[in-house]
Amino acid sequence: MLAMNYRGPYRVRAVHKPEPEIEHPGDAVVRVTRSCICGSDLHLYHGLVPDTRIGTTFGHEFTGVVESVGSAVEHLKPGDHVLVPFNIFCGSCYFCQKELYGNCHSTNPEATAVGGIFGYSHTAGGYDGGQAEYVRVPMADVGPTVIPPDMDLDDAVLLTDALPTGYQAAEMGGIREGDTVVIFGAGPVGIFAAKSAWLLGAGRVIVVDHVDYRLEFVRSYAQCEVIDFKQVGDMAIHIKKMTDGLGADVCIDCVGCEAAGNFAQTLLGVKLKLQGGAATVLHWCINSVRKGGTVSIVGVYGPTFNAVPIGNAVNKGLTLRMNQASVKRHLPRLIEHIQAGRIEPRRVITHRIDLRDVADAYHIFSSKLDNCIKTVLVPPGMVHETTTAGASH
Amino acid sequence: MNMSDPSNTRSPSPSHAHIVGWGADLDPAMRPAYPKERTPPRLPHAVEPPEQQHSHVELLHSTERPGITPIFGTTLPPSGLSGRLRRMAFRHSENDLRHWLVLLLADRVQMGEGLIDDLSRGHVPNLYAEMGGRAELRHNPMGAARKAAIGIGAVALLAMVLKRRGRSRRLRG
Repeated sequence: MLAMNYRGPYRVRAVHKPEPEIEHPGDAVVRVTRSCICGSDLHLYHGLVPDTRIGTTFGHEFTGVVESVGSAVEHLKPGDHVLVPFNIFCGSCYFCQKELYGNCHSTNPEATAVGGIFGYSHTAGGYDGGQAEYVRVPMADVGPTVIPPDMDLDDAVLLTDALPTGYQAAEMGGIREGDTVVIFGAGPVGIFAAKSAWLLGAGRVIVVDHVDYRLEFVRSYAQCEVIDFKQVGDMAIHIKKMTDGLGADVCIDCVGCEAAGNFAQTLLGVKLKLQGGAATVLHWCINSVRKGGTVSIVGVYGPTFNAVPIGNAVNKGLTLRMNQASVKRHLPRLIEHIQAGRIEPRRVITHRIDLRDVADAYHIFSSKLDNCIKTVLVPPGMVHETTTAGASH
Repeated sequence: MNMSDPSNTRSPSPSHAHIVGWGADLDPAMRPAYPKERTPPRLPHAVEPPEQQHSHVELLHSTERPGITPIFGTTLPPSGLSGRLRRMAFRHSENDLRHWLVLLLADRVQMGEGLIDDLSRGHVPNLYAEMGGRAELRHNPMGAARKAAIGIGAVALLAMVLKRRGRSRRLRG
């Protein structure tokens, strides 16, 4: 089968490799119909996530048709068209019993801080991802969700990570009616966090980035205010000037470890890797939020330490909330939002690229070329095809 | 409350009337993560603890757990020098910086191993294509030209230095 193959920082190619097999009675093998490149894939692509082995296939956002299932699978059958949450989870461990699917304790032997994730290094369990023609999906009765027949596949694939993560980012902010919410990062997750902040009743939504076309897109798509941080002297002062000197009620980090905006942080965290990434946005969040406010973090950071102004967070009495999104928990409500027309996820997809051209796809997304917001990889020959789950059977 | 009822959307204030869906989840009870931790879970198919997957490859596991997990990935077991480094790293807990730094070192070492592996199988990697050179040329021709100029300049500089060194050696000889 054709699959994306990581060769080292900034180097990927499409290769032929053996098709995955059923390795556990709870497994399924899924033929991929859509897979996305996620902003977090770029941390792998740039060589920032430890234990990203040469030869790995990335891809934790994908939809596909079930080809075969293991002997213990009862509720999923060949032919089902499914969206597969990026978390690999068992549904029965201590954490899954609390609906913390992003923290499953049964699917990642290599680390205890994070559960299994498709195509996200051995630090997240050593699973191959969906940027391929086929993928092994463990716990097939638990993770995958059959796509409603009238749902567009481009909407469905964004339910596997980007939309639920943006939604959870806003939800962890504990937004109350009329709150001022500042979101750092105008990538897909930041865009969906902005949309979700309105669903949760925000009074004002402000998005911060430095790429003109991304700011223009989020302003139009999410009807929010925007700030180009390169035009702003000091972020905390700027936010306070916009909020009567108090600060925002909620600040959300949708950027993570490769934040631009502070030379020292970039040098230490991204170039020299002396901390788990650039903590620039964490500084901005903690220092721009009001006293007693909430900081929500869904941006990905490395597992090593970060220089974070925790003293300011203590003195301001902040609530800090953060996690990998527990996608499965959000799906029923988010499907309702899509079906009711409250949110149209597929509008963020700007590029549909053949899997064979995966290296170009990564470069376009990573370098923000061609006004790229979100890239979908499709199997050879399907580039111009748009389908619903029902139509593709 | 029926969550699928579109009338759940609360009427927005006039200033938010243009925002489709404003306040649909204003009531915390409508939010999927309310309460923050919820037991039992709302999974459609509750499952027993999963059967243990059998391993046919070498697996490394965190020292913070007694053994491997019931489910795991089997791609790319440790091998070569990078594999030895990874085994060393897994002697330390996730709480120990050495664990992560040695893993990062192993990643860089394996990059070289990957190149050697390619060449040993007679495959010369197309670095231009693998780094998205075609996309750069198409969507950022000025940037591509700048990078090409820097590359040519660097090669020219290197050639000049080597030539000068060779000349000074000949003079000394």
